[in-house]
Amino acid sequence: MTIRAVEAWTVAPLTAYVHEAGARLVLLMTPAGQVLAQSGFARAVDVMSAAALGSAIMASTTELARQLGQPPFAALNHQGDRHGIFLSGLITGRGPLVALVVYDLDVSSLGLVQLFFEQLAGELRDASPKDGAPKQVLAADFERDLGNSLNALFGR
Amino acid sequence: MSTTPAFAKALDRVTRVRGVRGAMVVSGDDGLVVAEQVMEGIRGSALAALAASLAHRLRRAMEAAGVGTSVFWHLHCDNGALLVVPAATGVLLVVVAEAEVNVGLVRLELLKAAEALP
Repeated sequence: MTIRAVEAWTVAPLTAYVHEAGARLVLLMTPAGQVLAQSGFARAVDVMSAAALGSAIMASTTELARQLGQPPFAALNHQGDRHGIFLSGLITGRGPLVALVVYDLDVSSLGLVQLFFEQLAGELRDASPKDGAPKQVLAADFERDLGNSLNALFGR
Repeated sequence: MSTTPAFAKALDRVTRVRGVRGAMVVSGDDGLVVAEQVMEGIRGSALAALAASLAHRLRRAMEAAGVGTSVFWHLHCDNGALLVVPAATGVLLVVVAEAEVNVGLVRLELLKAAEALP
Protein backbone atom coordinates (compact mmCIF):
# COMPACT_ATOMS: atom_id res chain seq x y z
CA MET A 1 0.00 0.00 0.00
CA THR A 2 1.49 3.36 -1.02
CA ILE A 3 1.34 6.34 1.26
CA ARG A 4 1.04 9.67 -0.51
CA ALA A 5 1.81 12.71 1.59
CA VAL A 6 1.82 16.46 1.29
CA GLU A 7 4.12 16.57 4.32
CA ALA A 8 6.92 14.00 4.31
CA TRP A 9 7.18 13.57 8.10
CA THR A 10 3.85 11.73 8.09
CA VAL A 11 5.01 8.93 5.75
CA ALA A 12 6.97 6.65 8.08
CA PRO A 13 4.41 6.61 10.94
CA LEU A 14 1.52 6.13 8.50
CA THR A 15 3.29 3.34 6.62
CA ALA A 16 3.85 1.45 9.86
CA TYR A 17 0.26 2.05 10.96
CA VAL A 18 -1.31 0.83 7.73
CA HIS A 19 0.80 -2.30 7.87
CA GLU A 20 0.26 -3.10 11.55
CA ALA A 21 -3.40 -2.19 11.91
CA GLY A 22 -4.36 -3.71 8.56
CA ALA A 23 -6.10 -0.50 7.55
CA ARG A 24 -7.65 -0.31 4.10
CA LEU A 25 -7.86 3.47 3.84
CA VAL A 26 -6.26 6.16 5.97
CA LEU A 27 -6.62 9.90 5.69
CA LEU A 28 -4.66 12.33 7.83
CA MET A 29 -5.98 15.87 7.78
CA THR A 30 -6.36 19.08 9.73
CA PRO A 31 -9.68 19.71 11.52
CA ALA A 32 -10.52 22.02 8.61
CA GLY A 33 -10.25 19.13 6.16
CA GLN A 34 -6.86 19.99 4.63
CA VAL A 35 -5.30 16.64 3.75
CA LEU A 36 -1.71 15.92 4.86
CA ALA A 37 -1.46 12.29 3.77
CA GLN A 38 -3.51 9.42 2.45
CA SER A 39 -3.23 5.71 1.94
CA GLY A 40 -5.42 3.49 -0.20
CA PHE A 41 -7.50 6.10 -2.03
CA ALA A 42 -7.49 5.76 -5.80
CA ARG A 43 -9.30 8.93 -6.79
CA ALA A 44 -8.90 12.56 -5.79
CA VAL A 45 -12.64 13.03 -5.55
CA ASP A 46 -12.83 10.29 -2.91
CA VAL A 47 -10.14 11.98 -0.84
CA MET A 48 -11.91 15.32 -1.03
CA SER A 49 -15.26 13.79 -0.07
CA ALA A 50 -13.83 11.76 2.79
CA ALA A 51 -11.87 14.74 4.12
CA ALA A 52 -14.91 17.00 3.98
CA LEU A 53 -17.16 14.43 5.65
CA GLY A 54 -14.58 13.42 8.26
CA SER A 55 -13.85 16.97 9.31
CA ALA A 56 -17.59 17.74 9.35
CA ILE A 57 -18.23 14.78 11.68
CA MET A 58 -15.41 15.92 13.97
CA ALA A 59 -16.83 19.45 14.02
CA SER A 60 -20.33 18.13 14.77
CA THR A 61 -19.24 15.82 17.58
CA THR A 62 -16.98 18.48 19.08
CA GLU A 63 -19.90 20.92 19.13
CA LEU A 64 -22.19 18.24 20.55
CA ALA A 65 -19.70 17.62 23.35
CA ARG A 66 -19.46 21.35 23.97
CA GLN A 67 -23.24 21.62 24.24
CA LEU A 68 -23.16 18.79 26.77
CA GLY A 69 -20.44 20.57 28.71
CA GLN A 70 -17.99 17.74 28.03
CA PRO A 71 -14.50 17.69 26.56
CA PRO A 72 -14.43 16.67 22.88
CA PHE A 73 -15.02 12.97 22.16
CA ALA A 74 -11.77 11.08 21.84
CA ALA A 75 -12.81 8.88 18.94
CA LEU A 76 -15.76 7.71 16.94
CA ASN A 77 -16.23 4.22 15.57
CA HIS A 78 -18.86 3.12 13.11
CA GLN A 79 -19.11 -0.55 12.28
CA GLY A 80 -20.94 -1.90 9.28
CA ASP A 81 -21.36 -5.42 7.91
CA ARG A 82 -17.97 -5.61 6.24
CA HIS A 83 -16.12 -2.40 7.12
CA GLY A 84 -15.46 -0.25 10.12
CA ILE A 85 -14.75 3.46 10.18
CA PHE A 86 -12.63 4.98 12.93
CA LEU A 87 -12.27 8.74 13.31
CA SER A 88 -10.11 10.34 15.95
CA GLY A 89 -8.25 13.52 16.70
CA LEU A 90 -4.60 13.71 17.73
CA ILE A 91 -2.22 16.45 18.76
CA THR A 92 1.08 17.03 16.98
CA GLY A 93 3.68 19.80 16.80
CA ARG A 94 1.88 20.78 13.61
CA GLY A 95 -1.31 21.39 15.59
CA PRO A 96 -4.40 19.22 16.04
CA LEU A 97 -4.97 16.67 13.30
CA VAL A 98 -7.73 14.22 12.45
CA ALA A 99 -7.26 10.65 11.27
CA LEU A 100 -9.91 8.76 9.35
CA VAL A 101 -9.34 5.01 9.13
CA VAL A 102 -11.39 2.47 7.19
CA TYR A 103 -10.75 -1.20 7.90
CA ASP A 104 -12.12 -4.49 6.62
CA LEU A 105 -13.63 -6.59 9.38
CA ASP A 106 -12.14 -9.70 7.75
CA VAL A 107 -8.64 -8.29 8.02
CA SER A 108 -8.59 -6.09 11.10
CA SER A 109 -10.66 -5.14 14.13
CA LEU A 110 -11.51 -2.10 16.20
CA GLY A 111 -9.13 -3.36 18.88
CA LEU A 112 -6.18 -3.43 16.47
CA VAL A 113 -7.07 -0.10 14.89
CA GLN A 114 -7.29 1.55 18.32
CA LEU A 115 -4.19 -0.16 19.67
CA PHE A 116 -1.93 0.94 16.83
CA PHE A 117 -3.59 4.34 16.65
CA GLU A 118 -2.06 5.18 20.04
CA GLN A 119 1.33 4.30 18.56
CA LEU A 120 0.61 6.32 15.42
CA ALA A 121 -0.34 9.38 17.47
CA GLY A 122 2.90 9.13 19.46
CA GLU A 123 5.06 8.69 16.35
CA LEU A 124 3.39 11.57 14.54
CA ARG A 125 3.87 13.77 17.59
CA ASP A 126 7.57 12.90 17.68
CA ALA A 127 8.06 13.29 13.92
CA SER A 128 6.11 16.51 13.47
CA PRO A 129 7.87 19.84 12.97
CA LYS A 130 7.65 21.96 16.09
CA ASP A 131 6.90 25.22 14.31
CA GLY A 132 3.28 25.46 15.37
CA ALA A 133 -0.02 25.20 13.58
CA PRO A 134 -0.22 25.39 9.77
CA LYS A 135 -0.91 28.70 8.16
CA GLN A 136 -4.51 29.54 7.49
CA VAL A 137 -5.73 28.77 3.99
CA LEU A 138 -6.97 31.96 2.41
CA ALA A 139 -9.80 31.87 -0.07
CA ALA A 140 -7.57 33.41 -2.73
CA ASP A 141 -5.03 30.61 -2.37
CA PHE A 142 -7.49 27.79 -1.77
CA GLU A 143 -7.73 26.41 -5.29
CA ARG A 144 -3.98 26.53 -5.85
CA ASP A 145 -3.26 24.89 -2.48
CA LEU A 146 -5.89 22.23 -3.12
CA GLY A 147 -4.42 21.51 -6.55
CA ASN A 148 -0.90 21.25 -5.12
CA SER A 149 -2.09 18.91 -2.36
CA LEU A 150 -3.94 16.64 -4.76
CA ASN A 151 -0.90 16.54 -7.03
CA ALA A 152 1.23 15.42 -4.10
CA LEU A 153 -1.36 12.92 -2.90
CA PHE A 154 -1.82 11.31 -6.29
CA GLY A 155 1.67 11.71 -7.68
CA ARG A 156 0.76 13.86 -10.65
CA MET B 1 -12.87 -1.75 34.35
CA SER B 2 -16.04 -2.95 36.11
CA THR B 3 -16.96 -6.57 35.52
CA THR B 4 -20.39 -8.18 35.51
CA PRO B 5 -20.82 -10.97 38.11
CA ALA B 6 -20.96 -13.75 35.50
CA PHE B 7 -17.71 -12.67 33.89
CA ALA B 8 -16.08 -12.03 37.26
CA LYS B 9 -16.97 -15.56 38.38
CA ALA B 10 -15.52 -17.05 35.20
CA LEU B 11 -12.33 -15.05 35.56
CA ASP B 12 -12.06 -15.89 39.28
CA ARG B 13 -12.03 -19.61 38.64
CA VAL B 14 -9.21 -19.25 36.10
CA THR B 15 -7.06 -16.77 38.02
CA ARG B 16 -7.17 -19.03 41.11
CA VAL B 17 -4.82 -21.45 39.34
CA ARG B 18 -1.23 -21.03 40.53
CA GLY B 19 0.96 -19.38 37.87
CA VAL B 20 -1.85 -17.50 36.13
CA ARG B 21 -0.91 -13.82 35.85
CA GLY B 22 -4.12 -12.62 34.34
CA ALA B 23 -7.29 -13.58 32.55
CA MET B 24 -9.67 -11.67 30.39
CA VAL B 25 -12.84 -11.99 28.38
CA VAL B 26 -12.33 -10.49 24.92
CA SER B 27 -14.84 -9.70 22.21
CA GLY B 28 -13.71 -12.02 19.41
CA ASP B 29 -14.88 -9.80 16.56
CA ASP B 30 -13.69 -6.46 17.89
CA GLY B 31 -10.65 -7.40 19.94
CA LEU B 32 -11.91 -5.27 22.81
CA VAL B 33 -11.73 -6.14 26.49
CA VAL B 34 -15.09 -7.22 27.95
CA ALA B 35 -13.79 -8.06 31.43
CA GLU B 36 -10.34 -8.52 32.88
CA GLN B 37 -8.41 -9.53 35.97
CA VAL B 38 -4.76 -9.00 35.13
CA MET B 39 -1.64 -8.21 37.11
CA GLU B 40 0.02 -4.85 36.79
CA GLY B 41 2.33 -4.65 33.81
CA ILE B 42 0.07 -6.55 31.43
CA ARG B 43 -1.39 -4.27 28.75
CA GLY B 44 -4.91 -5.62 28.66
CA SER B 45 -6.15 -3.71 25.62
CA ALA B 46 -3.08 -4.64 23.56
CA LEU B 47 -3.33 -8.28 24.58
CA ALA B 48 -7.04 -8.35 23.74
CA ALA B 49 -6.58 -6.81 20.30
CA LEU B 50 -3.67 -9.05 19.32
CA ALA B 51 -5.16 -12.25 20.77
CA ALA B 52 -8.41 -11.65 18.89
CA SER B 53 -6.49 -11.00 15.67
CA LEU B 54 -4.53 -14.21 16.14
CA ALA B 55 -7.72 -16.14 16.92
CA HIS B 56 -9.30 -14.81 13.74
CA ARG B 57 -6.32 -15.93 11.63
CA LEU B 58 -6.15 -19.29 13.34
CA ARG B 59 -9.85 -19.84 12.70
CA ARG B 60 -9.32 -19.14 9.01
CA ALA B 61 -6.32 -21.45 8.89
CA MET B 62 -8.30 -24.23 10.54
CA GLU B 63 -11.20 -23.72 8.17
CA ALA B 64 -8.77 -23.88 5.24
CA ALA B 65 -7.25 -27.05 6.65
CA GLY B 66 -10.70 -28.55 7.14
CA VAL B 67 -10.04 -29.48 10.76
CA GLY B 68 -13.04 -27.78 12.33
CA THR B 69 -13.13 -25.01 14.88
CA SER B 70 -10.56 -24.23 17.52
CA VAL B 71 -11.33 -25.45 21.05
CA PHE B 72 -8.17 -24.43 22.88
CA TRP B 73 -4.79 -23.03 21.96
CA HIS B 74 -1.60 -22.62 23.92
CA LEU B 75 1.41 -20.51 22.96
CA HIS B 76 4.44 -21.44 24.99
CA CYS B 77 7.10 -18.71 25.20
CA ASP B 78 10.41 -18.37 27.04
CA ASN B 79 8.97 -16.34 29.90
CA GLY B 80 5.34 -17.30 29.91
CA ALA B 81 2.40 -18.68 28.07
CA LEU B 82 -0.77 -17.52 26.39
CA LEU B 83 -3.78 -19.82 26.58
CA VAL B 84 -7.06 -19.15 24.81
CA VAL B 85 -10.46 -20.80 24.66
CA PRO B 86 -13.08 -19.45 22.24
CA ALA B 87 -16.51 -19.50 23.89
CA ALA B 88 -19.75 -20.24 22.10
CA THR B 89 -21.00 -16.66 22.37
CA GLY B 90 -18.17 -15.32 20.24
CA VAL B 91 -16.01 -14.12 23.10
CA LEU B 92 -12.53 -15.42 23.87
CA LEU B 93 -11.23 -16.39 27.27
CA VAL B 94 -7.57 -15.37 27.33
CA VAL B 95 -5.04 -16.27 30.01
CA VAL B 96 -1.49 -15.04 30.51
CA ALA B 97 0.49 -17.41 32.68
CA GLU B 98 3.99 -18.20 33.82
CA ALA B 99 5.93 -20.68 31.71
CA GLU B 100 5.73 -23.38 34.38
CA VAL B 101 1.96 -23.17 34.83
CA ASN B 102 -0.06 -26.39 34.95
CA VAL B 103 -1.46 -26.14 31.42
CA GLY B 104 -3.83 -29.06 31.88
CA LEU B 105 -5.46 -27.46 34.89
CA VAL B 106 -5.74 -24.05 33.22
CA ARG B 107 -7.28 -25.68 30.16
CA LEU B 108 -9.84 -27.48 32.30
CA GLU B 109 -10.79 -24.30 34.16
CA LEU B 110 -10.93 -22.31 30.92
CA LEU B 111 -13.29 -24.80 29.31
CA LYS B 112 -15.54 -24.84 32.38
CA ALA B 113 -15.50 -21.05 32.55
CA ALA B 114 -16.32 -20.79 28.85
CA GLU B 115 -19.33 -23.10 29.30
CA ALA B 116 -20.57 -20.97 32.18
CA LEU B 117 -20.38 -17.66 30.32
CA PRO B 118 -23.71 -16.00 29.52
